[in-house]
Order: sequence, then structure tokens, then C-alpha cells
Amino acid sequence: MPLAVNIMVRIYIDQKPYDVKPGKNLLETCLALGLDLPYFCWHPAMGSVGACRQCAVKLFKDENDKTGRLAMACMEGVRDNMYLSVNDPTARDFRSQNIEWLMSNHPHDCAVCDEGGSCHLQDMTVMTGHAYRRFRYPKRTYQNQYLGPFLHHEMNRCIQCYRCVRFYKDYAGGKDLDVFAAHNHVYFGREKDGILENEFSGNLAEVCPTGVFTDKSLREHYTRKWDMTMAPSICQHCSLGCNIIAGERYGALRQITNRFNGAVNGYFICDRGRYGYEFVNDPERVRQLVVRTENEGPNLFESLKAILGEGRMIGVGSPRASLEANFALRRLVGKEQFYQGIPENEARLLDKVLAIQHSGHVYTPSLKETESADVVLVLGEDPTNSAPRLALALRQAVRTQPLEDTAGSNIPLWHDSAVRELIQDEKGALFMAYPVHTKLDELASGTLHAAPEDIARFGLAIAHYLADNVAGMSKPEGMDTQTLESARRIAELLQKAERPLIVSGTTLLNEDIIQAAYQIGRALEQDEKKAGLFFVLPECNSAGLAMMQAPSLTVAMSAAETGGFATAVILENDLYRRAERSEIDRFLSGFRNIIVLDHLQNDTTRAATVLIPAATFAEGEGTLVNNELRAQRFFQVFMPKNEHIRESWRWLDELRQFQEGSKPDELRELDNLLEELVAAMPQFKGIESAAPPSDFRINGQRIPREPHRFSGRTAILSNVAVSEPKPPEDVDSPLSFTMEGYRGMPPAPLIPFYWSPGWNSGQSVHKYQSETGGSLRGGDPGVRLSGEGLHFENGFQSPAPPAFKRSPNEMTLVPLPHIFGSDELSVRSASVESRAPRPFIALNALDAEQLGAAEGDVLLVQIGGQVYDLTVVRKDELPEGLAGIAYNLPSMSGIAWPAKGVLTKAMV
Amino acid sequence: MIAQETLTTEEMAEIDHEIALVPVRRAAAIEALKIVQQHRGWISDDSLQAIAGYLEISPEELDSVATFYNLVFRRPVGRNVILLCDSISCYVMGYEKIYGQIRERLGIAFGQTTPDGRFTLLPNACLGTCDHAPALMINNELFRDVTENDLDEILDRYH
Amino acid sequence: METPLTQHISFDRPCYNLRDYEKNGGYQALRKALSLSPENITNIVQASDLKGRGGAGFNTGMKWSFVPMNGHHPVKYLIANADEMEPGTFKDRMLMEGNPHQLIEGMIISAFAIQANISYIFLRWAYKKAGRLLSHAIEEAYAAGYLGKNILGTGYNLEMYLHTGVGRYICGEETALLNALEGKRATPRAKPPFPQVSGLFGKPTIVNNVETLCNIPHIINNGPDWFKGLGKGNDAGTKIYGVSGRVKRPGLWELPMGVSMRELIEDHAGGMANGYGFRGALPGGASTDFLVKEHMDINLDYKSVAAAGSRLGTGTMIILDDHTCPVGFVHNLEHFFAQESCGWCTPCREGLPWTEKILLSIERGEGKPEDLNLLEMHTRFLGPGNTFCALAPGAMEPLQSALKYFREDFERHIDQKKCPWR
Ligand SMILES: Cc1cc2nc3c(=O)[nH]c(=O)nc-3n(C[C@H](O)[C@H](O)[C@H](O)COP(=O)(O)O)c2cc1C
Ligand code: SF4
Ligand code: FES
Repeated sequence: MPLAVNIMVRIYIDQKPYDVKPGKNLLETCLALGLDLPYFCWHPAMGSVGACRQCAVKLFKDENDKTGRLAMACMEGVRDNMYLSVNDPTARDFRSQNIEWLMSNHPHDCAVCDEGGSCHLQDMTVMTGHAYRRFRYPKRTYQNQYLGPFLHHEMNRCIQCYRCVRFYKDYAGGKDLDVFAAHNHVYFGREKDGILENEFSGNLAEVCPTGVFTDKSLREHYTRKWDMTMAPSICQHCSLGCNIIAGERYGALRQITNRFNGAVNGYFICDRGRYGYEFVNDPERVRQLVVRTENEGPNLFESLKAILGEGRMIGVGSPRASLEANFALRRLVGKEQFYQGIPENEARLLDKVLAIQHSGHVYTPSLKETESADVVLVLGEDPTNSAPRLALALRQAVRTQPLEDTAGSNIPLWHDSAVRELIQDEKGALFMAYPVHTKLDELASGTLHAAPEDIARFGLAIAHYLADNVAGMSKPEGMDTQTLESARRIAELLQKAERPLIVSGTTLLNEDIIQAAYQIGRALEQDEKKAGLFFVLPECNSAGLAMMQAPSLTVAMSAAETGGFATAVILENDLYRRAERSEIDRFLSGFRNIIVLDHLQNDTTRAATVLIPAATFAEGEGTLVNNELRAQRFFQVFMPKNEHIRESWRWLDELRQFQEGSKPDELRELDNLLEELVAAMPQFKGIESAAPPSDFRINGQRIPREPHRFSGRTAILSNVAVSEPKPPEDVDSPLSFTMEGYRGMPPAPLIPFYWSPGWNSGQSVHKYQSETGGSLRGGDPGVRLSGEGLHFENGFQSPAPPAFKRSPNEMTLVPLPHIFGSDELSVRSASVESRAPRPFIALNALDAEQLGAAEGDVLLVQIGGQVYDLTVVRKDELPEGLAGIAYNLPSMSGIAWPAKGVLTKAMV
Repeated sequence: MIAQETLTTEEMAEIDHEIALVPVRRAAAIEALKIVQQHRGWISDDSLQAIAGYLEISPEELDSVATFYNLVFRRPVGRNVILLCDSISCYVMGYEKIYGQIRERLGIAFGQTTPDGRFTLLPNACLGTCDHAPALMINNELFRDVTENDLDEILDRYH
Repeated sequence: METPLTQHISFDRPCYNLRDYEKNGGYQALRKALSLSPENITNIVQASDLKGRGGAGFNTGMKWSFVPMNGHHPVKYLIANADEMEPGTFKDRMLMEGNPHQLIEGMIISAFAIQANISYIFLRWAYKKAGRLLSHAIEEAYAAGYLGKNILGTGYNLEMYLHTGVGRYICGEETALLNALEGKRATPRAKPPFPQVSGLFGKPTIVNNVETLCNIPHIINNGPDWFKGLGKGNDAGTKIYGVSGRVKRPGLWELPMGVSMRELIEDHAGGMANGYGFRGALPGGASTDFLVKEHMDINLDYKSVAAAGSRLGTGTMIILDDHTCPVGFVHNLEHFFAQESCGWCTPCREGLPWTEKILLSIERGEGKPEDLNLLEMHTRFLGPGNTFCALAPGAMEPLQSALKYFREDFERHIDQKKCPWR
């Protein structure tokens, strides 16, 4: 941090003095001051390039200069005693003229454009006052391209701001989108039609200031932004907890957009997060309460009551259910009968991660902070597939070191193109260790493709070089000199780094890797350096569930063996994905009653005797704890018309009341539940402040979920009744389901959508930030839990594992997750599913040859008691004897890890 | 992506030479396009893929460069390319008459190729020989002070 | 009258090879320069008041002095801008075809002054002959030890590469040229940072025009005062002036800086061709403002031409005669500029095609009176600083001055609904 950060400089805008932060450009400064200055090419996360010429202001030499000159605000750094005018007539005329230029070829097709109503070009056009078109010649037209399932292309609308290529190529590392031709023929697209392959392509819909790239999934059930009911939400599809805005109309979820969180996802989310929402609208949703039981009572409630009174219950929690739901289950079945719905090895890993984060020896950075790491070591993770948004952050991290090296050049960091030209291809140190190639390998200064054991050993070797005098950090035996040398080099770099970052996690289900990451952190601590340890976890609430410190599914299975349980209550969890089919069958056969709460039909719901329709994240409220122990609240987007669909926690709480013999009459509020949760589990202290309580009001008003232009509220139900029904009331949050309420700035966790007068598109987010691009006013949402009160039994010391050795006659398997496909819910979106790989087995050349299998051949793979047909994918970087298999694709059932497989060639 | 077409050893050798002169492989993009165009007359989609593959960049990145420049031909051209200067001094000195005559003689306008593939006619910005306007280039040869009388004889030299 | 730049140029014989060049004093300046300190050379060039001949007229020595010389920059580049694509400009071609070694010698000295070890000649594609001669001359220079490692035993190393472009006027803009050399799209870069600090591949770089560089050996040989003495009025040195259009003898002449327009047109170019009258002239290429009859007696130096409302630019003049429609003339120019816009910034990318379309419709007799306001708006708003680089402002210079001096011609088109010249 430069020392000068607190020293403000004085600038004069239209004769008014302002004290502002130095080091920024004038555009971001003006925006932060609340002045409306139009822009296109500048982007808060991508900086300035000065291409669109929209942000012109008048600059004066000094206070006596009355003439001044036009200058682009985004290209001028603020200087002390700077005089400028935003309102100067020439500057205004120029800005309006610039819009006229941009609009000269624009199709003016707002009425049929998906961007209309949330279009930055519309907003800026109105802002500059341009209204009358003088260009009377034919417009230039283009042909559009097919870009795959995520984005629609409409090039005629393009205003050539270059943001798309700058995001896709420069920021996200995409290769297959670029700008073609020159002068007023420039074209943005692919070389030919085809699927945009970058995992962050969906952001183009938000980065593009007009309707060139629009969300194709929204198009399937199009609704204008102003006609959507929206709520702040959290992405459910990996452990990072990116903040999202979810929008609904007519009972269907229609769109996910990024919700800015300065500490987490910033301006961007991944395509899994953006397009994975359609499971909410799935025709296979569980919609009815179904009781399949012999001793049926006179009505559903009586039957339920009977079941609940039948005997002891076991509760199986879920890492994809909210904390509240897990807690409500625990209360229903009793603390001792509550189990994490994950296998033992995964539970152990998570406990270890928690213990490390809790140890005080390492630092857990936020996702945003990972971007500023100067040396990065990734041990056993493939972020693009296991925590996609992290991959985007690490792409920025490799620029950190070169950017710092430019400090002496006097080129400000916001001057994007100048900085890129200066640093060219230079990259900071990033080391990737994973069994197969990852997408980030292309940025890496070094890679290791090895078995999990050897990745762990490699990590331990690094720890050893960092602190060979620290007890317990001896060099693993039998490593080859080349690997040792690279371990030594990484140790050296980490030692020199100012903000070293180690990324590790649970993906390879290997405890030694996590241990090794920790050892490295410990060793760096000996060096008076707090390393950042960023752990990738399996699911959106894995950390929250783990913090409950309940025993695992495996333990539940043995408990069930001993008998004595009448009923299992399974919360939002398809157990058939967690272990081998036969084991789950055996487990479930031990219960007379199987109560399952879930959103979608799956093998577990099919086994249920009582099936309860659980609200998805869009239909209910709850809290998730992400991988860095940030508790974040997601809010109900809409009240499902089907009243059976309720939050699991509400159902479970009602079941508890049935069980106690009372018929629940009064809805319980989320806040009460949270209070009880903290009382029962003090490790969650602070979680209640993740969002304001339900009785929070501003000027006595709720925060509306609907923009004030929301239309058709009476007409929507006119086929049923012409009088407008009373809107549902939200007892759990301060948000209202209507357009009525407080129109000003809500507290950060409650922002349902971005809007400000004159700023209808998502670009209005800067109005919500304390400084342009900085955190949201009042602090970014979410609370980091300290985890105080957690108890850990496992020690930290464990000897180095032996090196990987191939097993005779079988292949050792490693799970390889895929961004599109491996997540249970997102793959139910047709667009995501279409991008999923076919179930595969990855083999190296030698193993493939021995099996006589070529790329594309199908092998029969016997894993435990199950046989799969898997397509061979050659990955020659895999060590011999190790095969990668597609992890948890929908067509595959659970595998007990660690796993081995017997491979045979399928008969043709 | 697997290139349909591959570069010849000769092309690769020439491109290698250019790559050796620059700090990053990618920086030889324009040279590589020139080399292949020299050999093949134009840059087809397949050639583009092959060059991109050789430079280890995406076809998009290479095409972005290729389509920026006037003299990288992304469409087939005739055996001989006529570049007729249409800039100011040639305008003053009457290039339009020459253009009219070419159109008449060969039946092609700017951007077109004769059906027999003999000539492609393209407009070209100032050829830098303004004191001898009007001027045109055919392939690598420059013709200056072109008059309506010379034109036939000039065109007859190319088959 | 001294003509240092062209003294060894004659198109009646093959251009000098290395031996001939050396026999006539070639590479003596290099020998001398290598015995001086780099800073010393920069000072001499700065003191000579040599101004860049590429169009902008910035003091060359001063430009060099911004290159960091603190030893922290092991890689630096010197680039000769031989992209000459400004319509009406043909002087660098003559210098390169006439005496390639002069350019090479100038480049080596300049590179030594900024301690660059790699140099490029960025040559436009159409200059085939210059390309052949330069490649050969570079080979000769390598063989003679003027290029390569340990030049003339001084320990100084310099590589020189000839790069031919693939056609784009914007490649001549020095920062766009850097992108082209990096194998990218030739869009200009923002300044600051200037190439002197962050140029080719992010390293300190000097880009100079061919004519600028050709002056260097003579300044080193004869000193700054001699050079200053060559000019007639405000500016130092000689200049390659050119005239094209309907004059008796279109051509190029090396003349003292500051020769009058009358002398250039009447004495050197032989006056207007028979039957043609003078209406105006662009004094320094397509991107300069018209001068008209009343300016006949101004001196063609940077300051005097600027005082007359134009720019000396490249010093190669294009004549507008009285048989040529001024609207068609300007339309031709704007067509060129609109085509050659790189497409990066809005005003240029969208504004130039618009002016081109307006001019075309006026010329065809389809113009409307308000079109003139639109043209004027463009000349006002496509000015320096409003666009990303100087292409569009340059494009507006002939247009704005045509609207000033030939307004009635525009109006006649609109009134008569046809071009009076057709
Ligand atoms: C659009 C544009 C085209 C240019 N073309 C050329 C050119 O062809 N040759 C040239 O020497 N300078 C050209 N320039 C000027 C260069 O940017 C640069 O100022 C010059 O090469 C510097 O050399 P000098 O200082 O020796 O004049 C051009 C500038 C612009 C804005
Ligand atoms: S003015 Fe703008 S669009 Fe025109 S050439 Fe310069 S940068 Fe490109
Ligand atoms: S935002 Fe400043 S030029 Fe585009």
C-alpha cells in the first residue's frame, strides 16, 4: 500500500472544490462523486483504453484558463489543483455528438431488443440528450453468428466499444472471440460460427453495453428487467458463493446476473453460475407432498404425525442445503442423530480444512484477495472446473507481480492498454500441480502432473525447503532430483513473495495434499510470513455443514446397521451420488419410513416413503457458508404458487411441531431460527448479521423486489380473477414482493437489483459503491465466521505418504470434475447439460496401448460393484497406472473414493 | 483445432526465420501471413488455421490481424493483381479514366476478378509516386504516368 | 546551394553501392559519432534544431533525450518510419531508392545515440525497389562491419531488420507502427506513455521519419551551426519539397528550409500546366489545410505555414487546379481517411464515413444546405484531442479549409443540384 493513500488531492469541477483520492482517473472519480458522466469502453474492473471518446470533459490549465480543451476523463489521472468542467457546453455537445455517431448505424430496435430497459447505450443516449438523427444514409449491417447455448449475437447493435474482446480475451483468457476488419467495418465475434468456449462467456451479456451479446437462456422466456421480481441471492453451484441477482416472472426463474461483492466475485461470475438456474423450472420438480405408507391417516397431517411418532429418527444433512435447513433437521432428529450427508473421507477432509483455517497459522484470503497474490501455488486443484470464478481471479493474480514491477514507470494501473503493452507477456509465478493438464497451465511458470500422493509429497518437499529445520518437515523419501529442484525453486519464490498464496482443496479427496498445503503455510509462518491458504470445497454449503461438526454419512450407515431407527429424514441430498448404489440401498432398507425433502426427482426421492417438495434457493431464504467461511444470505425471489413448495427449514420445523403434537399455525421466522441456531452452536456466532433482520425497515418501508416500472401486476392473474390478489407477505426478510417500498439505497445484503435514476442497466452498480469499483456502501455483504468454539480432534502431523505405485491389474482412479456436468443441479439446465462432457475415462498413452484402446473407444470400467461404459480420452500427462474419470456426471452413480477400476475393452 | 491444410516445409522454414527475430512467436503473425500469401496467392480459411496452429495462437487471433490489413487477401485473387491508385494526386491527374478503361477492357470493377482468373482489380491508397500520376501496380511492378494509350500494352504483358 | 541529402542521388545511374558511398564520404559520420558519447550526439542533434520530417515537426534531439539512459533498460529499439502512405507524399521513396546507405548510416548513429541494439526499417509494401536496395545495402553494411556485433571495434552492437507492412495508412502513426511490428492490429496506442519510455514490446523506442534520419550523418559531419545555416528563415536544414498535380514539372527538390511557395511552384515546378489555373494547394500532404493564392509568398517553414493556417506536414504539396472540383477533391481525401481509419475510436470510425457520404451526395447534386453545418460540426469535433490519434484531425484539415476557401463551390453544388464540373 502506498503511503500517500490517505492524502487527498483537491480538484475543481465546474468551480466546485472536491477532495478526492489520488491515483484514480477522472472518470471514476466523477462517478464516485455522483456526477453523471457517460462512458462505454471504460470498465471498473478492466480500466481505461480511451476508445469510445464518450467521457469527454473540459480540462483547464489553471483557474485562469477560460478556453480549456476537451479531454477524455477516463484517460486523465487526477492531479492536485486540477480544473475541469463536466457541464461545459462544448463538452456536452461533444458527448451528445459522440452518441449520434454511435447511433448512426445502430438499428434502433430497442422494442425487440433483449437489452431494452437495462441498456447502457439507452441510458447514455438519454443522458447526453441526443434525440434527433441527422444521418440519412443506409446503415451498415452485419451477419450474426451462432455462439453456442449461452449467448445470442446481434452485431448490428454493436457500438464498437471493444469491451467484449477486452473482457473475453484480455481478462478471461478466451481465445475464440476477437475483433476483425478495420474502420467502420470492425466486427466482434468468432472466426466462424461455433460455441464460445470460455467458461466466463456469459459475462459478455453484462459487459456489452448494448444488445450484441445477450443471455440466450433469458431469451427462452424473455422478460424485461423492469418486469422481473428480483432478489439478492447466492450461487448454489460451487463453494465460492458468488453473489447473484435472480429474477422471476410468472412463477419461472428467468435470469441470473452478477451481484457485485467487492470481496468475492466482483463484477463477474462463471457460466455454470449464470446458466445453471433452470433446475428451478424443471418439469421434474417435486411439487406434491407424497406419503406412501401403509398406515395412512385420515389426512396428510395425521399420517405425518403418525410417522413421526413411530420411533427414532436419523437425520441426514446436506452440503447443498442451507444452514437453517440443516439446523432445523438437527433439531427435529436431535443432535446425536444428525449426520452430515457426505462420506467419511470427505467429512475428514473438511474437518481438516476447518482446523487449518482455525489454527491461526495461516491466513484465509477472500476470493478478491487471491487476485493480488504475487506467487501462487495450486496443489491438487483445477479451479476452472472445481471453483470456476477462482480461475478468473488467478488469471489476474499472474499479472500482479509484473504490475508491481511497473511501479517506477509512472503508468497508472487503470491505464489498461499502456500497462499491457508495457508488461507484454510477463507473468508472475504460478505453479500448477494436478494429475492432468488444466486450463491455467497455459499461464503457469511450472506444472506437475502427478498422482495425488505425489502432489502431496511435492508440497511437503516445498515445505521442507522452506524450513528444513522445523521438526516434522523432512524431505519425502525417494523423490527424483528434477522434482526436488522445482520444489526448491518454488520454495524460494514463496519465500521471496510478499503475498504468497497456496490454493488447495478437496477435489482429489486426498488429505495429504491438504496437509502439505498447511505445512507450507506453517513453514512460511516460521519465516514471519502469513501465507494465504485458499481451500476449494465441494459444494455451496460444505463449510457450513462441516462447521456443524456432525458425524458423516458413513457413520450414519453403521449406526443404522445397529438398528433401532424407524425413520430416516434426508435433506436435499441424493445419497446415490455419495456412495455405491448397493450401500445406499442397504442403508435405506433399514428404515420403515424414508422422508426426503428435495427439489428434483432423483434416485433418493424415488426411494422415499414421504416426499416433501423443498423450495429451491429462488423460492426460499437461507444462509450458506462459503469456502472462506463467509456466511451469506440468499433471499426468496418469489413465492411459489404451489404452497407445498416451502423451504426445507420451514418444513422441518413444522414436522417438529407435528411431532410435538401441535399443528403449526403460525409461520416461524427465519430470524428466530437463526437465533436458536447460534444459541445451539456458538461457532456460528455472527451469522445473524449476514443480513438485516426481517423487521428492518427504512422510513417504515420494505425494500421492493420489483422495479417501480413493473407492469401488468393486475393483468398477470386476470385469467383467474380481475381483482388483484393481496400480494404475499414476506415474514422472513425486509423485502417486499411488490414494487412498493423504499426506493433509495438498501443496505448491501438487500440489494435486489441495481437501478438509479438515469441508470437502468447493471452499470448503475457504481452508485452503490463507496468508491467506484470498491466495496459496496456499508461494506460488502456476508460475515466471515471466526468459528470460535469449534473443536478439532485430528492432529496436524502425519508422515509423508508413500509415492504412488501402480496396482497390478487395475487402475487407480482420480475424480476429474467438469464445470459443466459435475454439479448436480446446474446440469439440469439444458444449456449447461449441452456443454457437459460424455462420461469418460482418461488414460495415458501406455495404459491405453496396453488395453488396445484408442481415443473415443468405449471401455467397461468396473468400480466396486458397478460397471460403467466410459469413453477413452487420452491424457498422456497422467502417470502410468492412474486414470481420471469424469466426476459425478448425471449418468454415473456414486463411487466410493478412493477408488480403483478394472478396465476391459467393450465388445463391439 | 486440427488444421485441414498444413504448411509446406519451405513455408515453415521461412516462418521459422521470422520467428527467430522476434521475442514471442505470435509477433511473427504478419510475416507468416505474408509468406503464405506469397506462396499461395491468398489466405484461405484452411491456410489461416494452419498458420495459427504453427504460431500457437487461435484462428481468431490471427484472423483479427489478417483482416485488419489491406493487402492480406482473405478471398481468392486472380493470377495478377492490379492495384490502381485512387488517391488524391492520381485523382487530380485522372485515374478515373484509367479505371473506366480497365473496367471496359477486363469487365471488372474494384474488388472483382476476371472469370478466367487472369486479373483482380483493387483500389489502392497513394502509391507514393505522385509526381508521376496516375499510377498503378501489377503484382510487383509499378507503372507511372499511365495514359489511356499505354494501358492495353501494359495489360497484355500479364497472362 | 547545398543539398546534403540528395548530393549523391541521381536516377540516371544505379544508386551508390557501399564502395561508392564510402568513396564519397559515406560512413565517416558514423566513425565520428562512435567516438562521441551518446549524450553528446543527442545534444548536437538537439542543438541543430532538426525537426521531425514525418509531419509533426518535433525537435528530434529533444525526442531522443526522453529515452532513459540510466542503464536499467537493456533492450531499446530504433525504428525508421518508411511507411510513407500520406497521399501526395513521395519523398522518402526517393531518399531510399536514391541512396539507401545514407538512411542506414543515419539509423546507426541514431541508434547509438539512444544505445539501442535493434533497429527496424518499417517499409511500406508498395516500395518494392526501395526494399530490394535496402536489403542489399543492409547486407553490405553487415559485411563491412557497420552493423552486427562490435561495430568498427567499438563494442557497440546493432542489428537492423527490414520489415515490410501489409498496407494501412495508420501504420505510419508511430504507436500503431509499433503494434504492427509486434504482429498485431495496427491500432494506435495512447500517449502518454510515449514510445521513448514504453515502445516496441514495451521497451524504450524511437521512431523517426526516413528524411529525419537521413539528415543525421550530415549534422554529425558538419555540426549544428552548419545545419542551422542551411535554412532560410525560421527553421534549420534543407527539406525535400515536392509538388504534384497540374503543374508543368511535378517532382521533388531539396531546397533550403523556408523556400517560398511561389518559388517552389513557379521556379521549381515550372508553374501551372498549360490551360490550368491555381486554386489552392495542400502544402504538406493530404492531411494539411489548403493554402490559396494569397499565401503564394509565405515561406514554407513550420512557423510560417502554421501562421497561414496550415501545416508544413511532409512538405510535399498537392495542387488543386481550376479544372478540378474542390468537392470531389475533398471527397477523394475523406474517402481515403474513412477507409484508413483503424476503427478504434468513435469519432473517427463513424464521423469520417459520414463526412465522406455527405461530400459524395453534395458532389452528386444530392446535398442539402444543412449538410454544410454537419461538415462543419465534424471539422470542429474531430479535432486534436477529441479523437484517439491524429488521423482524424488530419483528415479534417483539408475539409475545414475547403469549407473556408471554396464555400461557394459547395453551395453551387447544392443549389444547382449537380456538380458544375461534370
Ligand atoms: C495517421 C498518421 C500517419 C502517419 N504516417 C507517417 C508516415 O507514413 N511516415 C512518417 O514518417 N510519419 C508518419 N506519421 C507521423 C508519425 O506518427 C511520427 O510522428 C513520425 O514518424 C515521427 O518521426 P519524426 O519525428 O522524424 O517526424 C503519421 C502520423 C499519423 C497520425
Ligand atoms: S482517430 Fe481513432 S479510429 Fe481514427 S485512426 Fe486514430 S485511433 Fe483509429
Ligand atoms: S470511457 Fe473514456 S473513452 Fe471510453
